[in-house]
Amino acid sequence: MAEFRMPSLGADMEEGTLVEWLAKPGERVERGTLLAAVETQKGLFEIESFEDGILGPSLVQPGQTVPVGTVLAMIQMEGAAIVSSGAPPPTEQPPVGAARPATPTTRRIAASPAARKRAAELDVDLAGIQGSGPDGAIQLSDVERSARPAPGEAGAHPAPAPSGASREGMRQAIAAAMSRANREIPHYYLETDIDLSRALRWLEGENLKRPIRERILPAALLLKAVAKALGEVPELNGYWLNDRLHVSPAIHIGFAISLRDGGLITPAIHNVDQLSLQELMKAMGDLIERTRANRLRGSEMTDATLTVTNLGDLGVKTVFGVIYPPQVALVGFGRVTERPWAENGMLGVRRCVIATLAADHRASDGHRGGQFLAALDRFLQTPDKL
Amino acid sequence: MNSIELRDLVYRNLMRIAPECDPSELLPGENIREALDIDSFGFLQVLIGIGEETGIEIPETDYAEVFTMAGMLDYLARRQG
Repeated sequence: MAEFRMPSLGADMEEGTLVEWLAKPGERVERGTLLAAVETQKGLFEIESFEDGILGPSLVQPGQTVPVGTVLAMIQMEGAAIVSSGAPPPTEQPPVGAARPATPTTRRIAASPAARKRAAELDVDLAGIQGSGPDGAIQLSDVERSARPAPGEAGAHPAPAPSGASREGMRQAIAAAMSRANREIPHYYLETDIDLSRALRWLEGENLKRPIRERILPAALLLKAVAKALGEVPELNGYWLNDRLHVSPAIHIGFAISLRDGGLITPAIHNVDQLSLQELMKAMGDLIERTRANRLRGSEMTDATLTVTNLGDLGVKTVFGVIYPPQVALVGFGRVTERPWAENGMLGVRRCVIATLAADHRASDGHRGGQFLAALDRFLQTPDKL
Repeated sequence: MNSIELRDLVYRNLMRIAPECDPSELLPGENIREALDIDSFGFLQVLIGIGEETGIEIPETDYAEVFTMAGMLDYLARRQG
């Protein structure tokens, strides 16, 4: 038997609400089968099985909020030995009493999961609704009734993506993770100018040959170059857990996506070093679409081994990142701008980007960080080999 | 397509990516991406949508011409003619 547990979807998650079972008891499931939808402060996520076997009876019912690590169901495996399963939390759970940002305790309002989801979609505050369910619990119909009727509005605007988490909840989740980062991680910062002229020229030539749907954006080049450079400086890729560095053999890059209604989410693109630019572009598009539609998978929230943030679209020049614990580095890119560039005694105009590395000094030193940025630059000078 | 139809088509595709925005508030000379906070990914999606409805694929070399509403409409009208 294996245990399917409430996973930790990030260093900041303490509990989660089971919203829906996506598989039924008695169903045969495989590694990767979606078993349940879970709501956290960061939104709604689909959780996959980590085992092959038969799903046992549900030990937690939809609507229940349980701490990280709670067994949600058992999975009966062939040749059954007892193995611990569920998403293995890559995050160390701090000992009880360890300094953690105190989250204000708010009284949880009794409401059905469907009501919560609808309220979030309609941006209705549950606190202001009179529930008609058992013990005054708010039901779906209560939410629908309280939402402002908008006759004639339907169809005029595409509905915004439902946000499973309140803005405030997401803010708190980010606050907890970033506070922990600044409290525990001794950051060091390095920056370097990278001449992207060659890479962008090559990309423009490539894109001319491609239909618009297959066009590649510079962000894909940057991500791929980061993955390749990590291959040379692996100590930036992994986790700091139990006072030591765990280098990850796989390169899963967390890709910072700003949500239109505020907040930030950094789901992982898996095995970036092994993807072609075309595949990477597709993976990024898929991730952005699913982030908007609230269809991210739990594993994508937990297993990033490094984060890349590309704030260039906002016009910033340099990004000074805060590491997402327990990761040990974050790579930032600013805006691509034309700049005077001296090389071989000649002055020319080049399209440049400032790449920065924020890294955990417990896990690596500035010398290795510098080697990483140098490798990143080198890979970006031979874009056809990316 | 006449200019009103083209404009509505562009609005529709912008709203697909930035659902909370009202593109009709855009000034003709305003930078669309900055005004509606659309990143390079989103902008490519807008152009793909426009391409599917009009058959006009906008190459990257012409991006400078379509950064504003006025530029975009002008460009599409020219290309369709």
